[in-house]
Amino acid sequence: MKSSLLILLAAATLSVVACNRGNTVPDDTGLGAGAVGPDDGASTRGQNDGGGISVSPLEAERQRLMSQLVVYFDYDTADILPEFNALLQAHGQFLAQSPNTQIRLEGHADERGSREYNIGLGERRAQAVRRVLMLQGAGGSQLTTVSYGEERPAQTGSDDEAWRLNRRVELVYR
Amino acid sequence: MVRAVESNETTASRRRRSLALLGMVAAAWAGLATVAEAQLNITITEGRERAVPIAVVPFGWQGSGAPAFDVAGVVSSDLGSSGRFAPLAPRDMVSRPTQASQVNFQDWRVLDADYLVIGTLNEDAPDSFTATFQLFDVLRGESLTGFRLQSGRADLRKAAHRISDMIFQELTGIPGVFSTQIAYISEERRPDNTKLFRLIVSDADGENAQRVAESMQPLLSPAWSPDARRLAYVSFEGGNSGVYVQTLRTGTRERVSGRTGVNSSPTFSPDGRMLALTLSRDAGNLDIHTLDLSTQVLRQLTTDEAIDSEASWAPDGRSIYFMSDRAGGPQVYRVGTEAGQRAQRISFEGVYNARPRLSPDGNLIAVVNGENNRYHIGVVEVANGRLTVLTPNGRFDESPSFAPNGVQIIYATKENGRGVLASVSTDGRIKTQIASVAGDVREPVWGPFPRP
Repeated sequence: MKSSLLILLAAATLSVVACNRGNTVPDDTGLGAGAVGPDDGASTRGQNDGGGISVSPLEAERQRLMSQLVVYFDYDTADILPEFNALLQAHGQFLAQSPNTQIRLEGHADERGSREYNIGLGERRAQAVRRVLMLQGAGGSQLTTVSYGEERPAQTGSDDEAWRLNRRVELVYR
Repeated sequence: MVRAVESNETTASRRRRSLALLGMVAAAWAGLATVAEAQLNITITEGRERAVPIAVVPFGWQGSGAPAFDVAGVVSSDLGSSGRFAPLAPRDMVSRPTQASQVNFQDWRVLDADYLVIGTLNEDAPDSFTATFQLFDVLRGESLTGFRLQSGRADLRKAAHRISDMIFQELTGIPGVFSTQIAYISEERRPDNTKLFRLIVSDADGENAQRVAESMQPLLSPAWSPDARRLAYVSFEGGNSGVYVQTLRTGTRERVSGRTGVNSSPTFSPDGRMLALTLSRDAGNLDIHTLDLSTQVLRQLTTDEAIDSEASWAPDGRSIYFMSDRAGGPQVYRVGTEAGQRAQRISFEGVYNARPRLSPDGNLIAVVNGENNRYHIGVVEVANGRLTVLTPNGRFDESPSFAPNGVQIIYATKENGRGVLASVSTDGRIKTQIASVAGDVREPVWGPFPRP
């Protein structure tokens, strides 16, 4: 699911690059850096004086990303995995654009280890997501965090798949 | 209410103990909001081979109708559940004496029973009973102790646990914990797929289970007050974690911390006046705090950016042991409760030592020890940091809690995907499993000795 999304994104980007090489799209949406262009628009643009390119998803892709509300983590860490950067970028920019929107970040851990340590781990994950969203321009007052530790698993069971699905932060819009 | 008085064949020194006992039983557990809960059965899984054979003869009954209570059954079950005694099955008994004059020690020597317990239960009035028991050393053919206990019908089970405590102490030199209680969390998945979390208090043998709190949102980390009258716990009702203190007798409770961020891992100070708890507050960084329950004064004891949580007080109340992952994985640290003290690392063996709990004498720390994604119960010696793993075969062992006599640790584990409770002796020799009839159970915490 995640990897297919990445492939889609990459494919979209490549085709955009192919059609619009050198064609800078003005940031007419007011979303800030890396913002989304109009539906039909291409959206690569040069960064400063050609110091690289920044990639923005098409609107359809943006909506797809916005519909994804769970970020997963490796065991016993709160590091944001690269495959969730695009998702968090989309949500962060949306929040920056909608300052009255509130979001609740619910951090979770898998069942292994001590319960209170897992409360800590869930909080650490929620805070990591919070920081990324704020880097994208979301305001601190839009974001609240809660850690459920291992107390509210998404998937019951004691196997790798259940654990993978339970190490997560859920983005809950209010 | 149970009243204990010694029977006339015991000595003056024992009279003093019976008076102390009177005080202890005055603190009889009473008044819990009562709904019977799934009950627990205890089986010995390891260590039975060294158990001492003892015969607890069914008590004689003097009253109307059928016996009001099977005192010997409870005593036998208590002693057996400790793992230190192997009670004889009544069907194997060749005689069933109920008074000293009827005892033929040869009957018990041929059955290899080292000790013998006999007694009677008398109905003195409609709601007044006297249980009398005597303990004998079979090989030497002499009486070791004997008591008479008076109680109402509702307290006959307590009276039986008291008898178990007295026998256990007489034979091992260690106070029995059969009259104590445990608290634990149960989780039930309902047909509509919602969950029900319950905080349950039961006798130490799992009987007499009562639910004291219930929520659709998670409940966790119950902790006893030193007088056994209150429980602190964490509840997620209202959408965030909050620390609550509930008085068991009345069921009334108070949210003592509902601050922004994490409010978790409460434990009472030894004098019962303070709580240690974990707060993350606005910065999202979990640190150990103390909260004075009468003045509400909050004091922050740790400031590290790591996860600092799972506080456990030293018995003298002057320091707090806690878990921190400031060095990478979770390890045990200690910090003084006066302001501005530096935390000192206590555990060094292994990559994961969490959920420290001090033994009643302050010499041992029970921990969850993790190795290669398997989690065991271990003990760390305070003096030298040495770790001993007590449940090396465990995979999901967690939440260790010392019995108030310090010789047993109750903990949570999983069996066939279900949360179950188990116990291990502090020397690792005796293991028991406490299987509940229904639902997932976890986070057992052993209550203190009852106090007046």
